[in-house]
Amino acid sequence: MTGLTYARASLLLLGAALASLLVADIAVTALNPWADLRRIVVGIVTPDLRAIDLWAVIWTLAFAVVGVALGSASGFLLAIFYPRSKVIRRFAVVIRSVHELFWALLLIQVFGIGPLTGVLAIALPYAGIFAKVYAEMIEEADLAAVRVLPVGTSAVSAFAFARLPEVAERFKTYTLYRLECGMRSTLVLGFIGLPTIGFHLESYFKQGRYAQAAALLGAFYVLIGTRRLWARPATVPFLIIFSLWALPESIGGGSAWVNMIRFLGHDIVPWPLRQGHLLDPATWAALANWFWAIFTTKIIPGTWQTLVLSQIALVAAGALALALFPLVSRTFLGLAGQTAGRVMLVVVRSTPEYMLAYVLLQVIGPSMLPAIIALALHNGGIIGYLLGRHADGLEQRRDAPRGLNLYAFEAVPRMYGQFLAYILYRWEIIVRESAIFGILGVGTLGFHIDGAISELRFDVAVVLIAASVALCVGIDWLSRRLRKSLKIATLPTRLAEAAGAHGLAPAGGTR
Amino acid sequence: MGGELVFGVHGASAGYDGRPVLHDVDLEVRRGECVALMGRSGAGKSTLLGLLYDQMPHEIALVPQAAALVKPLSVFHNVFMGRLDRHSTAYNLRNLVWPAKHEIAQVADVLADVELAEKIRTPASTLSGGQQQRVSVARALYNGRPVLLGDEPVSALDIVQGAVILQLLRARHETLVLVLHDIGLALQHADRIIVLEHGRKIIDQPATDLKARDLVGHFGGVG
Repeated sequence: MTGLTYARASLLLLGAALASLLVADIAVTALNPWADLRRIVVGIVTPDLRAIDLWAVIWTLAFAVVGVALGSASGFLLAIFYPRSKVIRRFAVVIRSVHELFWALLLIQVFGIGPLTGVLAIALPYAGIFAKVYAEMIEEADLAAVRVLPVGTSAVSAFAFARLPEVAERFKTYTLYRLECGMRSTLVLGFIGLPTIGFHLESYFKQGRYAQAAALLGAFYVLIGTRRLWARPATVPFLIIFSLWALPESIGGGSAWVNMIRFLGHDIVPWPLRQGHLLDPATWAALANWFWAIFTTKIIPGTWQTLVLSQIALVAAGALALALFPLVSRTFLGLAGQTAGRVMLVVVRSTPEYMLAYVLLQVIGPSMLPAIIALALHNGGIIGYLLGRHADGLEQRRDAPRGLNLYAFEAVPRMYGQFLAYILYRWEIIVRESAIFGILGVGTLGFHIDGAISELRFDVAVVLIAASVALCVGIDWLSRRLRKSLKIATLPTRLAEAAGAHGLAPAGGTR
Repeated sequence: MGGELVFGVHGASAGYDGRPVLHDVDLEVRRGECVALMGRSGAGKSTLLGLLYDQMPHEIALVPQAAALVKPLSVFHNVFMGRLDRHSTAYNLRNLVWPAKHEIAQVADVLADVELAEKIRTPASTLSGGQQQRVSVARALYNGRPVLLGDEPVSALDIVQGAVILQLLRARHETLVLVLHDIGLALQHADRIIVLEHGRKIIDQPATDLKARDLVGHFGGVG
């Protein structure tokens, strides 16, 4: 036996998830979850349209537009050097591994609750993501024409004529899709105080005013659902100008410059170094103790809880995706499947998992369960949608079986490599989100980071954020190793590109 | 033979991944010659062409095996690309966005030669295989450098069209090395014919000394 088989890899992931279930804190602690659920349903069917705050909607859009524009421009510059420079690659990994909520929590200390915080919290991690994806697209592009260019053509001319046209369409699709993600992210930033839709949603949810929340969320769905109408290459310049004009004023916070010096020069310097003399050995002993205390009381338990949560969520998302994909596939359900697929795509694209977890927390009560359900629904929905597209792209022989037989004998076996590729690809994303859900009270890394920040111990927070970056990088490495030994090396299709396609050619696993 | 030596290889051997493709091949090409390279696929023709190209890339206009067009761009842009090295970057970018009138006129002239003048604004992605190949030829013609290397430059065209294109290439370029598959076209248009087999040169003679039946045997009995 050499290497890993699909079956073994699946059993490994499943076994780890079952073991995690034994130690996870999953319980319904709310006294009467059904009553809350009923009030939510009532709220959804009787939305209070007066609750739609126009400025909150505009600001959600404005933050996203400026943040994504800045992120995509800087990501593009990084992408040019990405394949050649290890430093650039490392830099991109670090900035994208810090979740936008963590960025925002740090940036608030420097810029206050204001436009710069919101814009940079989006632009920084997105620049890292854009750099990677743009670089991949450039690499995958058909470059036969580059080799035919006359010798002596300048690098810029070569790029503009032979490379850019080949990737422009994909850049456009991906960037505009990212704008949707940016809007989800800005909505979530509202939960920590930025004046976006999320800010109002949080207070409505807290007060149980679900009719108001439903109306506001509905407005957000409409905004995302109509994105193709208002975000086109021709409208982008106007969107950016309008957004820059519309961004809200900064609220307090004093001079950003003074704050920055205080923050970088004092706040995030480890506490023992601030107290003692740098030449005194006792200072360094204190630093070691300080770090050891953080490591044992926060990093170890936080990482453990993050892994437990993400493992259960990963397998639950996978199971959901396998169950869901025939329901959104034309091959299995015809027109109904096609329609269901479109609806699911809009819902999955527009519902931030953080908000979903927040609502479930109100209903179910504090435990890991809300986070697991939110992550499983969001990621299972995305993978299920993509698998549905792949199922529609499968070549079927004319006498192929139907229904469950088609599912069990053709679709699942033929797409299983693809499925594993998606699961392993989303692993890092799920771990990153799991860390974030700590802010909602689950004991993951985010819980300790949020705690440190609210105690104004930014030195501790920075160490913990670094730990969460290291965890994501480690998971990403492990995922790549697994994909390599499973021989599913090709990159899975991006959601942005699957959205327009009727059927996707099966890529990836060849076994 | 008359002209001075343009380029050549002596005892050339080459391989991919340790698998030898060329064995000890000698080839000299003189100014004004048109050399046809023939042989079965895998015989080492493209590899030999690559070795020649590397010797003097600044003098060479290339017609690669696949048309190698930038599909999303128009035919104009694809042909204009043949001279990107002659203009400033700023001028190139300007023509990418808003082509200058006299550039369009020049490109249109070249396209007329390959009978594609009416396609100048068409995206390359919508062209047929034969049309793409003619655009690739037009790009090399527009490039205008004295030596032309072509890797099956007329493989997607019919015999009549292929003959027209080969004549055009001969008229515009001083020295040519062309990989060709069609025996008739090679005998008719080349001065000298070289046949490679398993990476070795087995025939190197003036075209006038050869008959079709001398060559047929080296193509798996086709014809």
